[in-house]
Amino acid sequence: MTRLRTSAMIASLATEGQCVTAAPFGHTLARLAETRADIVGMTADLGKYTDLHIFAQAHPDSFYQMGMAEQLLFAAAAGMAREGFMPFVTTYAVFAARRAYDFIYMAIAEGGLNVKIACALPGLTTGYGPSHQGTDDLAIFRSVPGLTVIDPCDAVDVEQATIAMASHDGPVYMRLLRGQVPRVLDDYKGQFEIGKARLLRDGADVLFISTGLLTMRVLEAAQSLAFDKISAGVLHLATVKPLDLPAISDALRRSDRLVVVAENHAITGGFGEAVLAHAAREGVHSRMRQIGLPDEFLDAGALPTLHDRYGISTKAIVERVKAWL
Amino acid sequence: MALNFIPLADDALALMARQNRIDTARMFKAAGNGHFGSCYSCADIVTVLYFAVMRLDPTNPDWPDRDRFLLSKGHAAPTLYSALIRRGFIPESWIAEYETHVGSRLMTHPSRRYQPGVDSSLGALGHGLSIGVGMALAAKMDHKDYVTYVLMGDGEVNEGSVWEAAMAAAKFGLGNLVGIVDSNGLCVDGRVHDVMPIEPQVDKWKSFGWDVSRIDGHDLGTLRKVLAAQRGETLARPRMIIADTIKGKGVSFMEDIRSWHSDVITEEQFAKVLAELGAQP
Repeated sequence: MTRLRTSAMIASLATEGQCVTAAPFGHTLARLAETRADIVGMTADLGKYTDLHIFAQAHPDSFYQMGMAEQLLFAAAAGMAREGFMPFVTTYAVFAARRAYDFIYMAIAEGGLNVKIACALPGLTTGYGPSHQGTDDLAIFRSVPGLTVIDPCDAVDVEQATIAMASHDGPVYMRLLRGQVPRVLDDYKGQFEIGKARLLRDGADVLFISTGLLTMRVLEAAQSLAFDKISAGVLHLATVKPLDLPAISDALRRSDRLVVVAENHAITGGFGEAVLAHAAREGVHSRMRQIGLPDEFLDAGALPTLHDRYGISTKAIVERVKAWL
Repeated sequence: MALNFIPLADDALALMARQNRIDTARMFKAAGNGHFGSCYSCADIVTVLYFAVMRLDPTNPDWPDRDRFLLSKGHAAPTLYSALIRRGFIPESWIAEYETHVGSRLMTHPSRRYQPGVDSSLGALGHGLSIGVGMALAAKMDHKDYVTYVLMGDGEVNEGSVWEAAMAAAKFGLGNLVGIVDSNGLCVDGRVHDVMPIEPQVDKWKSFGWDVSRIDGHDLGTLRKVLAAQRGETLARPRMIIADTIKGKGVSFMEDIRSWHSDVITEEQFAKVLAELGAQP
């Protein structure tokens, strides 16, 4: 057995042999900017690790290196947006959410400005420990009025979401998957649309309602459960805010199946709780369970080990669902 | 019209600065309280900007070629409101509704959502200079010659984000950015030099790559001179004006008194303010 690598920066989320796309965000943004002079790229010394270096190489005159200064980064982006530019701004999720929150809330969101934030290392996508693991960003950014929050599943979602962000009027936060990003949604009908859920597969016994990377995992889990004659569906919501509430209500109306909400984020305050709260408000009676990261400071180490430990690997998901049934 | 606007001479500026303090007092009277000290220390600076320096068009508040003004010490909003009223951006009748009810268009901090002529909502200290960096970068990209002015408090300079912006403005050679520190020496909990010392201010900004002037922030003629817009892409260094001011300037019982940073005003005190400013009750 090969030794699992801890490195967060170069480790891919892809499994062996999985189809991947390199830097889907960077390449898509660089292509967009060929016809959009208003697009600028800004980062806080993390161009390389947010795939923005691809944009910077293609459009050096539209790229601003702001140094390790996230408060400046977001407020300066607000100033640029106020003057009619559309900054795509990158850093890690932890720095945007924890260090620059006031600047994103007041300087960007309060003015409804066209700043597009793309942040790497969302949830548990690095083994570097709590300083780099953005397990709280959805909870934080869900509470910003008027901020659209996107958690893409794969490279296809990232590409389509990047294009959608550039057409959207208003601030957007996207959880960025970077580097060698798995492609899974090519095999499914439909495409990313802000605020729209996608029923990727239907199922009679279990319905996963998922976002982000966990959609990839629950699709795998659904395939695995099928071997045991358990029919599992997947409703994918790449937009965490605004949530596609009608689609969730529709899905919950079938009360005969187990519903499992799943996200690459702490179970406190994120996507899962948003769906559960909607179910409670609607008075929907359904057997609902939640998969997400624990409300803890997570360990550092190799990602596959950590995903198993914290219950978001495909194997761990399958085991928990079987236990719940 | 902006382009026909003749900058006020110093004696007229003095009258306008007095009017600014009177307008501010009337707003605080309507609300029952306010940031008197913070407003009166920067009333002269704001008056000079709006009546002798900035290129503006009140009939077109979003005119792309206007000079920008960011009141980073947003709690001095009434000082800005008075300037906007007297320049014709917003009606004088709004004074009486200042903070009187939910939905008042004039509130404690400037809001672009409600007030024409305001370039950004502000109030969270430490935001203005970084936003100004973005606006000044945009001006360069657009090849426009407007100047972005950012007015900060001296306590605000304690915010780390100010120094992030200080580095960036020098890096990008933002000669179209002018920072002003309203250096009145007082913040909420005491003297700035006790709460968190910021001196030597001039040396600090110089070492960050800025051109720095230190002036009497109540001397209208000097303010006019140092704040004058310098336009043209050859300017490579951002400018910082350290304006030494007196908190509560213009009202004897408020000058350099910490508690007047923000306080409730009685009928008797209000009458005294108007009398000292030479206004009719």
